[in-house]
Amino acid sequence: MKCNAETIGLMHKYLDGDITTEEEQQLKYHLEDCEACQEHFRELKRTLTLIQSAERFEAPANFTANVMKNLPTEKKQVKYLRWFKMHPMLTAAAVFFILMFTGVFFTWEQDNQLVVSKQENLIIEGDTVIVPEGEVVEGDLLVKNGNLIINGTVDGNVTLVNGKLIDDDPLDNRGLMASVGEINGEFESVDQTFDWILYKLKGFAKKVFSFE
Amino acid sequence: MEQIIREKIILVKKGDQSAYEDLVSFYQNKIYQHCYRMLGNAHEAEDIAQEAFIRAYVNIHSFDEKRKFSSWLYRIATNLSIDRLRKRKPDYFLDAEVKGTDGLDMYSQLQSEGASLVEEVENNELQRYIHTKISELPPKYRSIIILRYLEEFSLKEISEILDIPIGTVKTRIHRGREALRKRLRHV
Ligand SMILES: [Zn+2]
Repeated sequence: MKCNAETIGLMHKYLDGDITTEEEQQLKYHLEDCEACQEHFRELKRTLTLIQSAERFEAPANFTANVMKNLPTEKKQVKYLRWFKMHPMLTAAAVFFILMFTGVFFTWEQDNQLVVSKQENLIIEGDTVIVPEGEVVEGDLLVKNGNLIINGTVDGNVTLVNGKLIDDDPLDNRGLMASVGEINGEFESVDQTFDWILYKLKGFAKKVFSFE
Repeated sequence: MEQIIREKIILVKKGDQSAYEDLVSFYQNKIYQHCYRMLGNAHEAEDIAQEAFIRAYVNIHSFDEKRKFSSWLYRIATNLSIDRLRKRKPDYFLDAEVKGTDGLDMYSQLQSEGASLVEEVENNELQRYIHTKISELPPKYRSIIILRYLEEFSLKEISEILDIPIGTVKTRIHRGREALRKRLRHV
């Protein structure tokens, strides 16, 4: 093997972890007999150790603050969201007062009328809302002050306020949920004023805390 | 750690600056140091490192969070550093090939018998000397030596950071090592 070009090439392959077993043997044999290459190889390895001990530098103390100062301004919305996240109790209290002043309690006492969030694909008989067999209600369904019978499918969350989920087929003993149609979402039943407020709060909180 | 960084980036993409503050404070020393080594002085290092973080923030939407954020930052910082060097040095400087600088220098006397290399390098002056020798390399070798041996990126990562073929990275790293071998052999 020729000294410089070839052997030195192998040394660098070795340092990059690219060397084959065969080449490594070759290099080893050559180094055993050649002092000049031994010295070269030793110097290379030593150089790498030296490089790694080069002086280190730390960013000045105010570095991050200066970067932040020079960024374009952030969207306002995110600022509020972060504030809510950092102060969950204050947020809950604030929401509670908002609900009080916007008359949730009042509404609750007064409003005994049947309310359904949507009409399509639904049958309404008196104070009972029916999702007929074979029908699919797309999206969330809210029924207030009425009962609900689900024979079809609801593709979304179902919320019942001050009402009952009725089993349309009383001969079936498999239990309430088993005999009804399908709800492809969460089912939630709310019966009291306090629950209703919590429900409202939860919805609000979800909106506030979700970044999606 | 990678997971935490990824989550922060998602928040930053939604416009959350405080998440970005965490990223800056996590990477500030690495990026500042990289710029310092590329540029050789504190003033320009701070200037360019600041600029790198601002560019990264402004362009955060073009960053794919499946990739390594640090590589992306280093890429921005390296490109900005090279731009800065280009502005202050004549063009030939960037493409200059490395020349050997044989001959004794003042540090040869530091080499005392029996003292281990590690002990020698604890000497601050020597650490600075090594830094100086690295920063005297032409930028195209300098950036690769720094990324490989001081920031510990793999050759493949360096090829991505600098956007050059891995074969070129290898050629340059060989030349860089040889140049430094000549410059540091008397230490
Ligand atoms: Zn030889």
